[in-house]
Amino acid sequence: MTALLPPRRTLADREDVLGAMLLGPALAYVILLVGVPFAFAIALGFSNATAGSLSFGWAGFHNYGAILGDPIFLRALRNSVVVTVGSQVLVVILATAAAQVFRATFRGKRFARFVLLLPWAVPVSLAAIAWTWIFDSTFSVINWTLKAAGLLHGWLYWLGDPALALFAIIIVQAWRIFPFATVIVLAGLSSIPQEIVEASIVDGAGFWRRLFRVELPLLLPVVAVAVLFGVVYTATDLGVVYILTGGGPANTTHVLPTLAFQRGILGADLGQGAAIAVFLLPFLIVVAIGMLRLAHRTEVGGAR
Amino acid sequence: MDLSTRDGEFLVLLGSSGSGKTTLLRMIAGLEQPTSGEIHIGDQRVDRDVPPRARGIAMVFQSYALYPHRTVFQNIAFPLEASRTPRKQIEEKVRWAAEMFSISRYLDRYPRQLSGGERQRVALCRALVRDPKVFLLDEPLANLDAKLRNTARDDLKRFQRQIQTTTVYVTHDQVEAMGLGDRIVVMERGKVRQVGTPQEVYEDPVDTFVATFVGQPPMNLLDTGDPSLPPRTLTGFRPEHFLPQSVFGSGEDLRTFRFAVRRVEYLGSDRYVYGSVAGSGTPDATIIAKLPATIVLAIPEGETHEFAVPRRALRYFDPETGLRR
Repeated sequence: MTALLPPRRTLADREDVLGAMLLGPALAYVILLVGVPFAFAIALGFSNATAGSLSFGWAGFHNYGAILGDPIFLRALRNSVVVTVGSQVLVVILATAAAQVFRATFRGKRFARFVLLLPWAVPVSLAAIAWTWIFDSTFSVINWTLKAAGLLHGWLYWLGDPALALFAIIIVQAWRIFPFATVIVLAGLSSIPQEIVEASIVDGAGFWRRLFRVELPLLLPVVAVAVLFGVVYTATDLGVVYILTGGGPANTTHVLPTLAFQRGILGADLGQGAAIAVFLLPFLIVVAIGMLRLAHRTEVGGAR
Repeated sequence: MDLSTRDGEFLVLLGSSGSGKTTLLRMIAGLEQPTSGEIHIGDQRVDRDVPPRARGIAMVFQSYALYPHRTVFQNIAFPLEASRTPRKQIEEKVRWAAEMFSISRYLDRYPRQLSGGERQRVALCRALVRDPKVFLLDEPLANLDAKLRNTARDDLKRFQRQIQTTTVYVTHDQVEAMGLGDRIVVMERGKVRQVGTPQEVYEDPVDTFVATFVGQPPMNLLDTGDPSLPPRTLTGFRPEHFLPQSVFGSGEDLRTFRFAVRRVEYLGSDRYVYGSVAGSGTPDATIIAKLPATIVLAIPEGETHEFAVPRRALRYFDPETGLRR
């Protein structure tokens, strides 16, 4: 038997070398396609570079000073926060509700799960275009439905009114993230030991008490992860806002990524565009650390 | 099956896995629906419309199923909160229960900070504060290490005697069943084989299943071919009754066997002697004798010895049905 095996150390035995070799491509990928552009963006934020020339002059905090004094930027910043927080609140509520539904066994569950996951699988641009039809100023399905049901008097200009437009963006962002969050919460639900759920039933807890006192607290770390993903997805998303409103009407619905694109690429002011784009970074890092801490502190199944 | 408990009784459901003992317990609790039949608790029929919370039961799970995000206090208080007990009363009751199981100093800790035995007592506390009509315990000692299990068993029995609440206890461990149960229900494949006191179940098993399931090592069964018995009868006797003939007094009415010893196992307090009985209808069947350490007689392996069983300790079974004759 032993004669058949190579007598000397092969590559497979040398885990240090093998590990480095296997990690190499992934590392190169991350450095070249994520790390370098990211460093570029930060550097650009401190420069007066424009799209028209190759000159790269140090501008210090000039770009940041400029955007902080710009009402359109401040509005976009506020919008970013409102859209992110608003959509994530919706997502958490919808995902926990949907997860409860999908935990039950019912006919057509597979099909329902397939439909549930669709919004997540559809390309953002395609979905956003479909939504522009739903929110269309003349043909809006929502308006006509409400009208037919006798619930709407007058007319809603979904994408023409700044407040409604922001609301529409929140809905689309929530719609886009919520299937993913549902899957995560479902996984979390199934990780709660069955005996704990049964204990709460025998202990006399009804549905709501069970949900709020037992299941949700145990789901907290998992929900935190889902929200973390959702925050990053939403706060950095360009497509939805760009296609739905293009930042309009009158620059009232810009979020940071669309404004960065408008200023940096369309407006050719690379420096300012980069400054806008990386502006949220420190906040996102703080949010991420906070969420991960929360997830770490509340360990699921600590009693086992 | 038809099974009823007596008031304040400690009833043990004993069976191997898949015997339906846990399913039966879960049906009593209301966690599973029986497809047919009736379940009564007290004088109320509960199997159809009475949800678990209204059945007056409390259950302790094998994993204890403590809420990991709640302190010991909050764990014990949970059923009381669910029944909307006033704050002050909850406080009193939790402290009383914690006192009873001497876990008062752990009230502010989380379950993960407790040992297995402490968690088990928290689970019992949580069951106790509900003032249930019936305690349902699903292998509550199975997750404890062997040393702790003995003291926990003793605690449990004392506690049950003290509060005098009817208790249904599920286990696959016959030592637990014998030690704890006022009566034992031996179950196999969803059927009750025998209900009786530990002594009845051990000494007078109703069939060969109970005879071999209860007792360690199990009851010896062999066809002696004895002409005084009806043809094809299995004779059963406990290993501890199967001893060298010289051990018995002369007054004893004995049934003797020629015992071909294969192997002797020394276990400290006992010796297990494995072998077969020549001339019987089942010469290959392994027969075990359990000799207490007080018998110092040498039993060489590979030789044949005169062994005997007192006739009063013999039990007879029908090999077809397995039932007692």
